[in-house]
Amino acid sequence: MADEKKYTTVSIPKPLYDKIKKRIEGTGFTSVSDYVTYVLREVLASLEEEEKEEVFTEEEEEKVKERLRALGYLD
Amino acid sequence: MVSKPHGGRLVRRLVADRTRERILSEQKEYPAIKIDHGRAIDLENIAHGVYSPLKGFLTSDDFQSVLDHMRLSDDTPWTIPIVLDINERTFDEGDAVLLYYGDLPIARMHVEEIYTYDKEEFAKKVFKTTDSAHPGVAKVYSMGKYLVGGEIELLNEVPNPFAKYTLRPVETRVLFKERGWKTIVAFQTRNVPHLGHEYVQKAALTFVDGLFINPVLGKKKKGDYKDEVIIKAYETLFEHYYPKDAATLATVRYEMRYAGPREAVHHAIMRKNFGATHFIVGRDHAGVGDYYGPYEAWDMFDNFPDLGITPMFIREAFYCRKCGGMVNAKICPHPEEFHVRISGTKLRKMIMAGEQPPEYMMRPEVYEVIRSFEKPFVE
Ligand SMILES: [Zn+2]
Repeated sequence: MADEKKYTTVSIPKPLYDKIKKRIEGTGFTSVSDYVTYVLREVLASLEEEEKEEVFTEEEEEKVKERLRALGYLD
Repeated sequence: MVSKPHGGRLVRRLVADRTRERILSEQKEYPAIKIDHGRAIDLENIAHGVYSPLKGFLTSDDFQSVLDHMRLSDDTPWTIPIVLDINERTFDEGDAVLLYYGDLPIARMHVEEIYTYDKEEFAKKVFKTTDSAHPGVAKVYSMGKYLVGGEIELLNEVPNPFAKYTLRPVETRVLFKERGWKTIVAFQTRNVPHLGHEYVQKAALTFVDGLFINPVLGKKKKGDYKDEVIIKAYETLFEHYYPKDAATLATVRYEMRYAGPREAVHHAIMRKNFGATHFIVGRDHAGVGDYYGPYEAWDMFDNFPDLGITPMFIREAFYCRKCGGMVNAKICPHPEEFHVRISGTKLRKMIMAGEQPPEYMMRPEVYEVIRSFEKPFVE
């Protein structure tokens, strides 16, 4: 029960595994899995950043601007 | 480009006027849950997307995952459990219930799950201590036996004396865009500003387009500055010392957990939802007593390469007599004897004694504002 999170296995080439293992010596990472998880999260996050930002409808945005003007946040 | 909302989309859990009226006209048909001010504010933050991607209070899967991994069960970084506790089961899973703050129906909730939890585990994992002298731990120990998870819809705003200063993520996002800011650094505060804060904020602002000062209003301890004092003090500081086109002030309501490193990440996530791209992580951020190391919160951010907001670690500022100005430990070569540390506690004592702090500690205009209040502190 200590760890309910589901894990799965992916394959990476053995030489790459060895390379990572060597690389993480003396860092805060305790396992190759931890390191690979870290790197993948980082890569995915940077890919997502490229995606288009959410937009509001024009009507909605106009309403918000009105309130911001009324409150003195916009001229 | 301002930050994308956490989890990808800005959550908004407001109902259309007609639906709202219908629900309110049928309110007697729903089981009722009374909630405290802190939970009401959590609801408001969920509904307006301050807590995106949460659409409601955590179910057990997400709750356990937050405790164990500091992530929701879908792997999104999330460090503070946002939960609703009850003492008695007067309704079932699958029911819709109404949440009341006092006599005011605040929200409808679709009960997905009612579950038990281990308070000591909660305390230990979130606060790193089970000591009930810790205010966050004490709060957990005072909670009900069960937690209720499920999505919510906001029906009424929680009464807010500072509505004029309280912006929602949709509003700050439009504001930042209108001002042409692409990079924005957010500053979290619960205090009136002294020169140390000003130094840290301006050091950060040097690297981005805009500064977003975001004081937290909410539950206060005896001796804290009152909310209106903090707001007025910042307004005055802005008027005299901040560039008009590069700084803005808006408040957010939130009940502090004092969870130190974990809460620092939570604070960053909230500001990401407001559109900030950077977040200043202070010394002993969100700490209390000496449960956390002074810079422990900085290390915590190493766990989140996918956070989506950049933490800025700026060392505590102090006045150096030899340098003749505000500096920090990284840039001043002089020994301790030249340093004057600016402590909030010390300033408070001076102000209470009617003594004006020296100008290198607090701007005289800010002092005047505090003095203009007959009772600036919570009693
Ligand atoms: Zn110096």
